[in-house]
Amino acid sequence: MAETVTLWVYRGDQHGGEEKPYEVPLMPGMVVLDAVHWIQAHLAPDLAVRWNCKAAHCGSCSAEVNGRPRLLCKTRLDEFVKEGVPVHVRPMKTFPIIKDLVTDVSWNYRVMRQIPPFQPREPAPFTLYQRDVDRVQEFRRCIECFLCQDVCHVLREHHEQEHYFGPRFMARLAELEMHPMDAGDRVGFIRETAGVGWCNITHCCAEVCPEAIEITNNAIIPLKERVADRYWDPIRGLFRRFQKTAP
Amino acid sequence: MVKAGPLRSCQGVGKGGVCVAQAAEPEARTVSKATAEPRWWVEPVATVVAFSLFVLYSAWDVLFHNTGQYHNYISPYFSPNVGAWLGVHAVPAVLVAWVPLFFRASCYYYRREYYRAFFWDPPACAIAERPRRYRGETRVPLVWNNLHRFFLYLAIIVVIFLWKDAVEAFIFPNGFGVGLGSLILLVNAILLTLYTFSCHAFRHLVGGGLDCFSCRGRPTARYRLWRRVSEWNRHHGLWAWVSMFWVWGTGVYVRLLIMGVIHDVRFF
Amino acid sequence: MLDIETREYDVVVVGAGGAGLRAAIEASGRGSRVAVLTKSLLGKAHTVMAEGGIAASFGNLDPYDGWETHFYDTMKSGHFINNYRMVELYTKEAPERVLELESWGAVFDRTEDGKIMQRPFGAHSFRRLAHVGDRTGKELIRTLQQKVVTQNVDIFAEVTTTRIFLDRQGRVAGLFAYHRDDGHFVLFKTRAIILATGGWGRMYKPTSNSWECTGDGAAMAFRVGAELQDMEMVQFHPTGMVWPPGVRGILVTEGVRGEGGLLYNAEGERFMLRYDPEKKELSSRDVVARSIYREVKAGRGTPHGGAWLDITHKGPEYIKRKLPGMYEQFKKLADVDITKERFEVAPTVHYTMGGLRVHPELAATNVPGLYAAGETACGLHGANRLGGNSLGDLLVFGRRAGMAAHEYVQNLASLPEVDEAEVRDEMRRVLRPFEVEGGENPYLIHEALQTIMSTYAGIERSGPELEKGLAELEELKARAERMSVDGPLHFNPGWHTVFEVQSMLLLAEAIFRGALERKESRGAHWRTDYPEELPEYGRVNFVQTYEDGRYHIRPEPVPEMPPELARLFEAGVAPGVLRARQAQNGREETK
Ligand SMILES: Cc1cc2nc3c(=O)[nH]c(=O)nc-3n(C[C@H](O)[C@H](O)[C@H](O)COP(=O)(O)OP(=O)(O)OC[C@H]3O[C@@H](n4cnc5c(N)ncnc54)[C@H](O)[C@@H]3O)c2cc1C
Ligand code: SF4
Ligand code: SF4
Ligand code: FES
Repeated sequence: MAETVTLWVYRGDQHGGEEKPYEVPLMPGMVVLDAVHWIQAHLAPDLAVRWNCKAAHCGSCSAEVNGRPRLLCKTRLDEFVKEGVPVHVRPMKTFPIIKDLVTDVSWNYRVMRQIPPFQPREPAPFTLYQRDVDRVQEFRRCIECFLCQDVCHVLREHHEQEHYFGPRFMARLAELEMHPMDAGDRVGFIRETAGVGWCNITHCCAEVCPEAIEITNNAIIPLKERVADRYWDPIRGLFRRFQKTAP
Repeated sequence: MVKAGPLRSCQGVGKGGVCVAQAAEPEARTVSKATAEPRWWVEPVATVVAFSLFVLYSAWDVLFHNTGQYHNYISPYFSPNVGAWLGVHAVPAVLVAWVPLFFRASCYYYRREYYRAFFWDPPACAIAERPRRYRGETRVPLVWNNLHRFFLYLAIIVVIFLWKDAVEAFIFPNGFGVGLGSLILLVNAILLTLYTFSCHAFRHLVGGGLDCFSCRGRPTARYRLWRRVSEWNRHHGLWAWVSMFWVWGTGVYVRLLIMGVIHDVRFF
Repeated sequence: MLDIETREYDVVVVGAGGAGLRAAIEASGRGSRVAVLTKSLLGKAHTVMAEGGIAASFGNLDPYDGWETHFYDTMKSGHFINNYRMVELYTKEAPERVLELESWGAVFDRTEDGKIMQRPFGAHSFRRLAHVGDRTGKELIRTLQQKVVTQNVDIFAEVTTTRIFLDRQGRVAGLFAYHRDDGHFVLFKTRAIILATGGWGRMYKPTSNSWECTGDGAAMAFRVGAELQDMEMVQFHPTGMVWPPGVRGILVTEGVRGEGGLLYNAEGERFMLRYDPEKKELSSRDVVARSIYREVKAGRGTPHGGAWLDITHKGPEYIKRKLPGMYEQFKKLADVDITKERFEVAPTVHYTMGGLRVHPELAATNVPGLYAAGETACGLHGANRLGGNSLGDLLVFGRRAGMAAHEYVQNLASLPEVDEAEVRDEMRRVLRPFEVEGGENPYLIHEALQTIMSTYAGIERSGPELEKGLAELEELKARAERMSVDGPLHFNPGWHTVFEVQSMLLLAEAIFRGALERKESRGAHWRTDYPEELPEYGRVNFVQTYEDGRYHIRPEPVPEMPPELARLFEAGVAPGVLRARQAQNGREETK
């Protein structure tokens, strides 16, 4: 008999639920998603899980493994087997549950629609240099797994979805603001509507990001500085006025 | 028999919307006892202890002493000697110590650390918090953290004086020399320089605020500076800790010299 | 009256991959009321996985490139059973479509002088693929997604379509779908449907495809009378991951070879020098995949049955910058550091060239009001798809489908009627798996199908094997009649799998039938009993229809190129390459 591992998978919906144990045969290099698939095929065909690519490209399989927000398709089982700790798989906590490991992430799509889109300064083709787009490309690596949204305590613990767009959309706003060819001005929006002030730069988002995007350092803090330029810096304000009136 | 979920219509569609699975009812989910890091509390506790001790020592040094000068060594708590300029002789360090205090208190790195360790907002990632009102940095006083850049400007002035102090620490009454204290002060100036110039506000100032560094096709000096500062900025937290401990150690060293508890070691 | 959610649109786009989103943007931009349906979340479609790039002949690095050369490369790699008109339109329009993406916010890698960077790729004469590191598909889909959410388009995510309804005159009238989250049904009444549901690579294993690639769109259309073409053409990508088993099949982008990666067999021989001395590692996919397959068969395979791919000579800096995703993927999933070690690769199923037969300019199928674009359509790639030609395909023909559907809707006097009885039938059909007691497990049927396809209709085929496979498939189909599921309606993946398996079973048979009919080897289709490429087969496409549960297959002549295009092939070298050589000679003469 092959070596096996026991997975505790959350089964339930809005009416409640609990973690149930499933014994799964171990294969070399197995990831948690493989185990979940095995469970679906052999033990519980109705076990709900989202996934698409199984290659960490699509950001569908977000969940929490032993309390840590992660992609199921990128989390190796041997990591736990080696340490001899049990494996607990649960849905993301920040989002309301639909069923089992599937959560209601619709809020993110509503936020997405509110963001003022890219406004090109001139028609394509653009002349753009790599060094000027490096920053933007970092944010465009995002796979929209929403793990950062899941871990962000403003959303997770304080439920301030009304006031704060969350780290994913800070990265999105930063990518637009820093795009050399974008003519839009979103500084007021970032402060008022997107609520950058609600973030207290505690870096959890960057810690869980599977694409290793430095959300806090490279997106949120620079945005806070841009907001400070506009709203907290009279000296800069003076400069701006000066530049505007100068011929 | 088949059990269907609650039927509900898609919110928001009709005028261009995204209809995505929406939970219809408030949920009942059991709470997980498994946490990512069973010893998550170690970091905040260590931070609290380190900060508290530092603040206590600093307050004692600043509030209960009238000088930080020992021959050609000056304690970083007492530099620049604004008291002398103004003719104030009682607890002169108070006149300058607020600059580094506010600089660090509004520093993006320290903010992260104290929000985590003192406010427990959050104590560690994905760890449940106490239910408590939270306003982020949108209300007084925390919203004043937006003034960080102004403390940076002042801190830069202080750093210039610390370099002056470091140079003077090599000039003994009988000419150039090197003592343990000289080296300590030199390292102090270096670390504070790294900490100060790796600041996020500085990074923003030198280039972060621009959308295009080289729209005419050449990397500008600002671009190169921004790259360099960004490199340092990656380790801002490290500089924050190391420079804090070093200032502390430097202060302690000079204080002990003044108190006559120890004697400076002269190398030549 | 039907007691289910009912919605009405001018155009319903099924699929939110590159093709679907591009079509929706176009149709809604022109004023149609548009809905997009996808069975997963928005922005997660299979298209996100594309890595290498979008082929468009800007000539930013190689000024001699141009649409003629791109046309030449595409036709040649497709072994001339492509629809030349589609290729022509595609190669002419692709650059425009890419620039459009740029103006919608896509940020491509740049050249030294600030233009869009282009990378070399298998069987492209020039450096041609606009790319963003190794995540071009993500850039494409994100850009379209960000565009579409600001437009007046309704997007139904996690809504699975199961059937297309026609009216009495045989025109598109609506479609049946259900919300995966709670299982409730929805009827879309619509004037036109654009199918952009992607390929069916999930039929095989190993596969590089995402779970969505089950061919639902093609199957639904086939059932209502649309024609399938070139179904025998299934592309194997030469380089999939091999070890550990958990990652088997995950793609290793062609970019690794594009950036200089070399292939070796177990004896350390660079075998591609033997199979294709001219293009070597960057030969077309069918050639490289077959070469690796042959090496393994000849006993020169790596420990886990593949070939070695080595890029270490490029240095860690370069590799990490140019192929960050690959570096990360191997490190994380296979404990291999590709900057220091070579790694094993083997062919994996990648793309389905066959699909719905469409009008080359309008992307229209033979069913009035039914359009198809992207991987689910057929014609552009012929017998073998060139890397980078799919993403361009999505944009060019996605847009064309959107345009044509909009036009069609404009000219339609009345909303076609959906027959309520058919809807009731479909409701009953969809719920049947819950009523079957102790039937077949859909997951296991799927696994069995994968085994059949990979064994009998894989890289290497032969008449007797295909016959055997077809017989096994028939048995499996009989078993699949009794698929059953348990549990609730809401978010039940087992239930969902039933429909996917049904689609795949339907198309699988078409693959066998096409493969049996094409008694030659051409492009991706390799028959050991007919190892030669035969001119008489080069003049036909095999077209299949489905009526009353029976497949009909017929040869259709490949449309003939007009003289001005045929002329491009006279020299035997790509036009751009010829020009480049002439220019070089000219320079040497003047020297
Ligand atoms: C690993 C990998 C790398 C690749 N790299 C490249 C590359 O570098 N360059 C290139 O040009 N091509 C590449 N390709 C090929 C290319 O990515 C695909 O051919 C292309 O993305 C297909 O896009 P599509 O729009 O046709 O469909 P897909 O992206 O497959 O989207 C299908 C859509 O249809 C929806 N759908 C399906 N069935 C239903 C249903 N029943 N009901 C509702 N919705 C449904 C799905 O939810 C999905 O939204 C690559 C492919 C793979 C696998
Ligand atoms: S840094 Fe800000 S956005 Fe990121 S997790 Fe912390 S509070 Fe949330
Ligand atoms: S920023 Fe990172 S963690 Fe957040 S959604 Fe994007 S990829 Fe996921
Ligand atoms: S399945 Fe796509 S990220 Fe895990």
